[in-house]
Parts: sequence; C-alpha cells; structure tokens
Amino acid sequence: MNFWETFYKNKLALTGSGIVLLLFLLSLFAPWIAPYDPGQIDLKNVLASPSLSHLFGTDQLGRDVLSRMVWGARISLKVGFAATGVAILIGTLLGAAAGYYGGWTDSAIMRFVDIMLCFPTFFLILAVIAFLEPSIWNIMIIIGLTGWMGVTRLVRADFISLRERDFVQAARSIGAGDLRIIFLHILPNAMASILVAATLGIAGAILTESALSFLGIGVQPPTPSWGNILTAGKDNIDIAWWLSLYPGLAILITVVGYNLLGEGIRDSLDPRLKK
Amino acid sequence: MSALLVEIKKINKKYNLGSGILNSQKRIVHAVNNIDLQLYRGETLGLVGESGCGKSTLARLIIRLEKPSSGHIFFQGEDIFCYNKERLKTYRRNVQLIFQDPYSSLNPRKSAASIIKEPLIIHHIGKSNEREESVLELMAKVGLNKEQADRYPHEFSGGQRQRIGIARALILRPELIIADEPVSALDVSIQAQILNLLKDLKQDFGLTYLFISHDLNVIRHMSDRIAVMYLGKIVEMAANSDIYNRPLHPYTRMLLSALPSCDPKMKRRSMVIRGEAQMEEAIGCSFQSRCPYKSVICSDAEPLLKEIENNRFCACHFAGSI
Repeated sequence: MNFWETFYKNKLALTGSGIVLLLFLLSLFAPWIAPYDPGQIDLKNVLASPSLSHLFGTDQLGRDVLSRMVWGARISLKVGFAATGVAILIGTLLGAAAGYYGGWTDSAIMRFVDIMLCFPTFFLILAVIAFLEPSIWNIMIIIGLTGWMGVTRLVRADFISLRERDFVQAARSIGAGDLRIIFLHILPNAMASILVAATLGIAGAILTESALSFLGIGVQPPTPSWGNILTAGKDNIDIAWWLSLYPGLAILITVVGYNLLGEGIRDSLDPRLKK
Repeated sequence: MSALLVEIKKINKKYNLGSGILNSQKRIVHAVNNIDLQLYRGETLGLVGESGCGKSTLARLIIRLEKPSSGHIFFQGEDIFCYNKERLKTYRRNVQLIFQDPYSSLNPRKSAASIIKEPLIIHHIGKSNEREESVLELMAKVGLNKEQADRYPHEFSGGQRQRIGIARALILRPELIIADEPVSALDVSIQAQILNLLKDLKQDFGLTYLFISHDLNVIRHMSDRIAVMYLGKIVEMAANSDIYNRPLHPYTRMLLSALPSCDPKMKRRSMVIRGEAQMEEAIGCSFQSRCPYKSVICSDAEPLLKEIENNRFCACHFAGSI
C-alpha cells in the first residue's frame, strides 16, 4: 500500500486537501474572483446586510465583505507560509545539529528549546510587536521565530534514530563529511515528518495572525485580513452579524482544512497505520 | 606467506551501560578484549563466533567507525587512529565495508546508480560521464543490468540489494573488504550466488577479505584462515582445513558439533552446548562456565592465545591434550 492509495482512501484528508486547494485558487485569482475592489468605500451602503449585490454584506465603510475576505485569504496564506517557512528553517537546522551531533550541542539546543517553550508564545509576540512597527513582514517573522520549537524536537528525534542506520554508517565509511551526511542522507529521510509539521504549523500561524489582527496589532487596515474584519464585526455585532460570522467561519474552515491535510499526510506516512 | 596488510595490536573496546545521574549501577561491556590479529594481502580471513561476541565491533574498529578504548591498528604499517583528515580519506578509499542487512544499508531515497556513484563524487574521481560509465561497468560485474540503474532500493530483492552494496564497496577499488555477515540476511538459495560473486570479485580485483559470519559452512566455503571469537577474545586461529579437521579449542569443537550433517549415517561426536555465556568479567578463562573440560587452573588464570603448532593458535590451557 503506497502513500497515495492510503491518502486517497482517507476521506477527511481529501476534504482537507480540497479546502487547501480552494484557498490557493482563491488567493491566486483574488483580483478576478472578488466582485468589488476591497478598498472601495461606499458610504451610501454602510453595513448593508447580505444581498445579491453584496453576498456577504458590507462593512462600516460600505466595503464589500466578500471581496475583502477573498483578498484576506491572500494575506492568511502569505503569513501562514512565510511564518512556517521561518519556523521550519530554524527548527530543521537546530534539530539536525542537536540530533546528529548529540552530547553538548544537543543539551544546549534542547535546553534553549525548553526555555523558549516556557514563554507563553502569544504574550511574547505581543511584547515584541509593541516595540516594532506592526507590518505584515514583522508579523510573519515573529510568528516564525516563536514557532520553531516543535519542529526542532521532531527533527532531532528523527535524526537520532536515522543516524544509527546502516546507510548512514555506510556513507561515513566511504568518507562522506558531516554536512553531506546531514543534508543528503539523513534530511531527505526526515522530510516526511517535517512536511506534516509544516502543514499543521500553517494552521497555527494563520490562527495567530488572525488573533493579532483582531487585537489591532497584526495586519493594519486598510489592508484586509480576516482578523481585522472580525474587529469591525465585534464593534457592530448587534446590528451586523455577517461581519463576524463570515470571517470567523473562514478562519475555522481554513484551520480545520490544514489540520485535516496534515493529519492525513501523517497517517498515510505512518507504517503502523497501514493495513 | 605474503605481505602484512593489517596488523591489530592489543585492541580493546569497552562500552559503558547504564551510567546516569539516577542510575549509579555502572556496567561495562567489554566488546573487544585485547585482540591481536594479522591480515595478509590476498587472503580471506574468516571470523566466526556467536551473536554478540564482538565480531561487528572489531569490524567497526578496523573501518574506523569506532575508536578503541586502547590498542592500535596498523594499515600498511601506519596507525589508523593517528591519521589526519587527508590520510583518513585515503584510508577510506582502501578499506570498505559490506553490511549485513541489505535493507537498511542503502539510502531509501537514492537510486541504485547514485548509491554506487557517491564514493566517486566524495573522492572527486573522474568526470561526470566517466563516473556514469564506471558505475554501469561495475553494475554489470556484480550482476545488475543497465535498466536497474535508476530504480530505488525498495524495488530490488534482498540479493540484488546486497549486490548494490557490494558495488558501492568496490567502486573505489579498495585493498581490503570487510564483509560483516554479508549473506546472513539472505535466503539460502541467494547466499551461494552472493558468496560465489564475492569469490570471483576477489580474483578480479585482487582483494583481501575479512569475512565475518556466524555460519560455519559459509566460513568454510570462503576462508583461507579462520579465527574463532568468544566473548570479545580470539580463542582459536588456524588454517581452514586445520580448524575443521582437528579443532583444538573446546568452543570450536562445540560449534562444529552443532553443525547439522547432510548424511544421516554419519555421526559426529556430539557435544551439547550447555549454559549461557557469562556476561560478567570473571577471573580465568571466559569459557569456563560452559566448558566440559573445566579444571582448577581455568578459574585461576586466563589462557592466552599462543602458537601451539606452526601457524595454529589456541587460547586454552589444555590445547593439544584434550
């Protein structure tokens, strides 16, 4: 039974990949899909309820919510991928060094991981953002810099078991150097779990970005993001339910989609779950 | 006898087990215990012993995957543990290992050709197209065909995988091949093919083999000289025919009597192997707990490996008299 067969039989994983694919298409074709310009203010149509001309209604400045959400999907995806990319890069390098070299290197890196895990991540981000300009680039990097610890542990565990395998010993006995063994022999065999961590990490990063934007220190208006649409919704929740409901649902579905995809990949790669 | 290739002098390897902050009980496993051994150019030395007696550790010491607790190994007169980076790389070209398990010794993410080619890349030998050529040439020699070059390890059978492992070991044209149980993970029908391939390759490339196995029939088929290991020590070493016709050490006799015979009429003097191998280091002979000839001296003094007859070595107080 190979990976794709198992994956294909997993209905939840298929649903997850469907959602993720849809989001990709949405962000890629945002300018064509969005019915209006996301920044177009229409003060005659403030807080209009969902109708045929505005499917998801309008916000407090009369901007089309559907258009803003389609463009917001782009932001979510950008932040999700960039932040996770940073986390994976740091986590993989540190985890590889810890797992491969062991001894003092391992102890030092893993104690640093423990220290980082002691901080409540969200408050750490808040504290750092307080000193920086809350631009989308800063958000990406900070979310990445606070999210690499899990990846480090995962990669380290893989490296510890893989470095004892015969093919690594064989590489050493033909004269391969440490870097060659780490990047060409062990890392390709650890990619599977890194991929799973990345998929699950994207969900977390998107959630964090929405939360930050909701609190007003993430993506700044007028740039649309699901989080800052929600903020506007919070102020008008008694008269404009659509402003809270649709972005909320979008965040929920996206996070569930990535989680289902990540778990589906993990289950398909895990030989113990194969029949 | 021809020239000395490898000389092992009083090599020791100890492993510490269970020494942590909370675990004060320290156990030391003496995997390789004071071994002296010589390998001559062009010969096949068979190393035989039961599981866990230190055969593979000895192989890993020679290949420099492990460092010894004490002792020296000389390759062409130079101590391999004193090599600098440059010399070590040259040494790696000269000494290669064939692994026991063909399923874990090949990187699952690399194709057969790229596995065999990698040593050439690491040692900067030849140009790209020359490398491809020599890989295909060697693949043909070990019995793999061109179409299989781009396949991945999981697409091969155990025997074919072992052929890939052999090709990887040979591509650098080494002097010495250490074969660590190269056929014990294979079906019996495949074993003979691989063994004969190794014999042919030895002829073609003028190799020296250190052939490790726990299978006495395999060792007999392959070796010129045989060394018998027990609990980290060599207890008997002699020419192939001497070991099989007239074993001197009681342990060698036990091993030989445990060999199943194809002839039902032929009865070997059967010696039952009693007891377990002792794990604690004791004074005296390490084989005393299982030896039917045990006497007072065996628990007092450790028998040393000495030359009993011409080129016959045995570590038993009663060698030749029992």
